[in-house]
Amino acid sequence: MLEKAADPILELRGVSKQFELQGRRIDALHDAHLRVRKGEFVCLIGASGCGKSTLLRIVAGFETPTRGQALMWTMPIAGPGPERGMVFQDYALFPWLTVRGNIGFGPAARGRPAAEVKDTVERFIALVGLQRFAEAYPHQLSGGMKQRVAIARVLANDAELVLMDEPFGALDAMTRERLQDELLDIWQRTGLTVLFVTHSIEEAVFLADRIVVMSPGPGRIESEVIVPLPRPRSVVAPEFNELRRELAQRLHSHHARKAA
Amino acid sequence: MTASLDAASSDTLSALPAGEAEAAPVRPSLLLRAREPLLALIFPVLVLLFWHLATAGRTFSLIPPPLDVARALYDLAFGGINDDAYSRTLLIHLSASLSRVYGGFAIAAAVALPLGLLIGRIAPVRQLLDPTLQVLRPIPVTAWLPLSMIIFGLGPRSAFFLVCLGAFYPILINTIFGVRSVDPRLFEAASMLGCQSTAQFYKVVLPASLPAIFTGLRLGLGFAWVVIVVGEMTGVPTGLGAIIMEARALSRTEIVICGMAVIGIAGFISDRLVLLLGHRLLRWSPNFA
Repeated sequence: MLEKAADPILELRGVSKQFELQGRRIDALHDAHLRVRKGEFVCLIGASGCGKSTLLRIVAGFETPTRGQALMWTMPIAGPGPERGMVFQDYALFPWLTVRGNIGFGPAARGRPAAEVKDTVERFIALVGLQRFAEAYPHQLSGGMKQRVAIARVLANDAELVLMDEPFGALDAMTRERLQDELLDIWQRTGLTVLFVTHSIEEAVFLADRIVVMSPGPGRIESEVIVPLPRPRSVVAPEFNELRRELAQRLHSHHARKAA
Repeated sequence: MTASLDAASSDTLSALPAGEAEAAPVRPSLLLRAREPLLALIFPVLVLLFWHLATAGRTFSLIPPPLDVARALYDLAFGGINDDAYSRTLLIHLSASLSRVYGGFAIAAAVALPLGLLIGRIAPVRQLLDPTLQVLRPIPVTAWLPLSMIIFGLGPRSAFFLVCLGAFYPILINTIFGVRSVDPRLFEAASMLGCQSTAQFYKVVLPASLPAIFTGLRLGLGFAWVVIVVGEMTGVPTGLGAIIMEARALSRTEIVICGMAVIGIAGFISDRLVLLLGHRLLRWSPNFA
């Protein structure tokens, strides 16, 4: 693939998506423009129905845009592929495979030699700290552990762009905070690009380089906010809370405008 | 259909940390471990007692007392008591029935499994075959008996056909159900990991539907035992069903009850073996672990 420093890893040009639902046409996403640079951590935030999950699913290749283009490294996205790894809120692990089997699924499916698969698997089990549970099945794991496996699974498969659809939404607060820290740690060490959907303003401010604010009816990108806070960030710092308040106001004003 | 399987598709049943799952189970005392089998025995012992009190010592009873049946069963197995046409014939009848149950079951599985996978996975095949199969399904095996004897003749071929028919639908229905109820998320997960449509059949559809398929096989084998008596009403000389029908004609009710008991026990053991196999193969499933 041709990679130039100036090229964005991901670019959306006027992407729209319409669904037919019981004979009615739904504008899930309207005219979305977005550029993501390699190594960026971008959060998509907005109320339900704002199209953030649709946008993510278009990038993943699970949905095709009704209009417009989704490009990765300037090439149109045609279907799902291992360079764009998806982490689902409900984990979507293969219940019949152990932690090892789940992490090795991608490399094995792509025909990597067995010895290489084994090495890769061990490396990524260690990365997410699940060595003791390598032979456990998903139903034996807690939610946090399952989500670690899901993250390791896409990283082991050489994903450049990791798509996360409210990945910590089903976890308790403590586990969620720990996984946020771990994710940032992995992101900083590996130079990944992350596109992260959340409805928590605090989560977005804590994680993102840049926050894309979306609003519903029709689902669209409303504005973008660059997060200037240095890392590691503290959720009790005054600047952190100021940005959080500002974002909350933006989200509310979008709603207010829609209601008016 | 298979209410127990609805839970099989969700993997969120237990969220216990694997540390706990790994910990060696504490061995309960002997009394506690014996509690369940002891409880299970109470009811049959009461039934036997009632049966004994109701029939023993009467000069004329249509139903023989349990001790007579036990004696007949011993004679059926080892001989040396009555020395009549039934003595020491149990093994012959049991092995004849076993071969029909497992033979019919194997044929049923060989047809129903691939057919179920096709119907579940390929819409045109489903549209072509499913309506017909759904109309044929409610017809009981007994209703097929006369036609079967005309088509396959008197004898073992008819028996095989009827047993096969009994085992066929549970396997087929559960296989279709298993294939169709694979979580669509798993297809998305597989395809974003680089596993495309044809490979998904072996890497996703097959393993994901295995618990349902397994339940179908288990029910199918159970039904094969249920219909063995009907299957052996087709004029075969040997088999547990055959001696039940013959002993009935001769008013040897103790032999009828022996046949019933042996079918019950053989079916039970056969089901336990299948279940044991399931526990080994499907350790990953919360429903079998």
